[in-house]
Amino acid sequence: MFAGTLVFALVNSFILILMAIGFNLTFGISGVANFAYGALYIMSAYMSWTLLNLLHLPFWASAALSVIITMITGAMMYRFVLLRVRGQALSEVIATFGIGLAILELFRYLGLVGFEYTLPVFWNDSILIAGVYVDIQRIAIVVIGLMLVVGLWLFTHFTSTGLAFRGIAQDERTALTFGIDSDRMATLSVSFGAGLAAIAATIIIPLGSIAPNEGYDVLIKALAICIIGGLGSTGGVIVAGFIIGFAERFTDTYIGSHWTMIVSLAAILLVLAVKPSGLFGQQKELEERI
Amino acid sequence: MKKRRERIDRGIKARSEDVYALSSWREMLYLAGPRLLPAAAFLLLPLFLGVYWQKVMLSVAVFALLAISWNMLAQTGMISLGQALFFGMGAYVSGILNFYFGMPPWITIPIATILGGTLCTLILMPVLRLRGIYFSMVTLIIPLMLVRIIEATKIFGGTEGLSGMTPLPSGLTEVYLVTGVFLGVLFGLRRLMETDYGLVLKGIRDNDRSVTNAGIDIFWFKTQALFIASVIGAFAGAFMTHVYMFVGMPVFALDYSILPIAAAVVGGSGTLAGAALGAVILVPMSEALRGIGGLRIVMYGLFLVVFIVAIPEGMFDYIQRKYHQMERWVEIDK
Repeated sequence: MFAGTLVFALVNSFILILMAIGFNLTFGISGVANFAYGALYIMSAYMSWTLLNLLHLPFWASAALSVIITMITGAMMYRFVLLRVRGQALSEVIATFGIGLAILELFRYLGLVGFEYTLPVFWNDSILIAGVYVDIQRIAIVVIGLMLVVGLWLFTHFTSTGLAFRGIAQDERTALTFGIDSDRMATLSVSFGAGLAAIAATIIIPLGSIAPNEGYDVLIKALAICIIGGLGSTGGVIVAGFIIGFAERFTDTYIGSHWTMIVSLAAILLVLAVKPSGLFGQQKELEERI
Repeated sequence: MKKRRERIDRGIKARSEDVYALSSWREMLYLAGPRLLPAAAFLLLPLFLGVYWQKVMLSVAVFALLAISWNMLAQTGMISLGQALFFGMGAYVSGILNFYFGMPPWITIPIATILGGTLCTLILMPVLRLRGIYFSMVTLIIPLMLVRIIEATKIFGGTEGLSGMTPLPSGLTEVYLVTGVFLGVLFGLRRLMETDYGLVLKGIRDNDRSVTNAGIDIFWFKTQALFIASVIGAFAGAFMTHVYMFVGMPVFALDYSILPIAAAVVGGSGTLAGAALGAVILVPMSEALRGIGGLRIVMYGLFLVVFIVAIPEGMFDYIQRKYHQMERWVEIDK
């Protein structure tokens, strides 16, 4: 039982990392806390479901198409809404939260809930690891999660767009003097964040079904991971993903499933109260606390 | 006979700000009208309305109280995303007092108002030093966590909640109790924010470090503002417990956090009256649109976006400006 819990905790950690990495990318680069993140996650899932079941496209095409459409949605959200309230943290939060609310509640209104609303698994098979059967989908989550993390690191360190991303994250004005268009980069960062949400949805949704409520959970989990790891720090996301992922699985197995959410919420509260910048965030003492 | 147009407010403003030497009923009406008219409407309307619209007025007043409480915090620089904490705390305290100890509403409501407010203040005090978005995230998470804790530990009725509270004597008592408190809180706090005390609170919002430099303990002032806000929210919760005759997990629901923010954003987040105006607009609208069901929340979301982008100062500010810009025709004297 212990080994099994360990395996599932590992998978759970990667699920959390996948959920949080897009939110973290957007916040780390442009400073926009995208509260519509959970809604974009659900939206892309419904989109690929629609493409798959109503237009009968192959799975890979519909997944890719929904990722692209979600990225365009994110970019438009920045261009038409966020650009006008840029720099006012509260207005950004309210505006993105409003968009997220509208999207999620629209899906709830349309009533698309049930077991038939799910995406297909990649391979319907399972293998024996450490005495428990683990399905291929969960292994795919770990593999793709690793690939995304490494890919993102390579992207932000070795491509010009990635370097420009880090440039505006470190110092927007200095970046401007080097000819980096900060609005363009911020648009791209929101768009990439949305794209990562869509990728996460494509991989994670096959384990369950698509439900509007899931959107709020994804947002809260992404917030939890990013706050604990330190908003904007990629290393922090990975460490926090493992901490919360293991803590959740172990409370689930040894204490009770009611307590899983409480553990992550309590962890956020503790981190916020003690060290608001998170475990790996840069300390900005007077900005976050006085 | 040549005529020109003249702003009405110029002379009145000059004479009413310091020395208060108004010379006619018309001038007094100009100043008092916008304040008296809504107050009179709130006091007289329940007599003419049916039971259904009385209930609507009641929830207008409750959400206006929550919006005012949100605005009180916002004016001190604390952006709360979880008014449901205050509401739910007041609701649960009065529910518990009534359910387990059998106290009548006229005891439970005052106790729950003070005790619930104190509890919320104590819960949030450790994080009061956090600024901006960090404080908001804490307030967003606490109500969510309380719901899960109630669900997991099954205390106070667990997922079922407690029901069978003592109702208030009559529909009219309910409406007048809550509108009375609402008007008192609105005008009282407006006056409070005009005093030096209010100036300190607004100073904390604008630049907390310079307020600290002035030798003022901002932590203590923030605690007081938080207490005022949470007491207002707790009253709303305690009151609703006795109206619904039920208290349970829904009191910590997202609605009680979102709608006050929406009201404050629509009405105008800079002023307390704006928050109240927002509630007066949004709640009846959502009642009228009950037919479209879940789409209402979609509309709230879009409302939030449109207002925050297009009219960030809110409706109240706009109406106030237009009111002051009213003109009349006067004869040009030789």
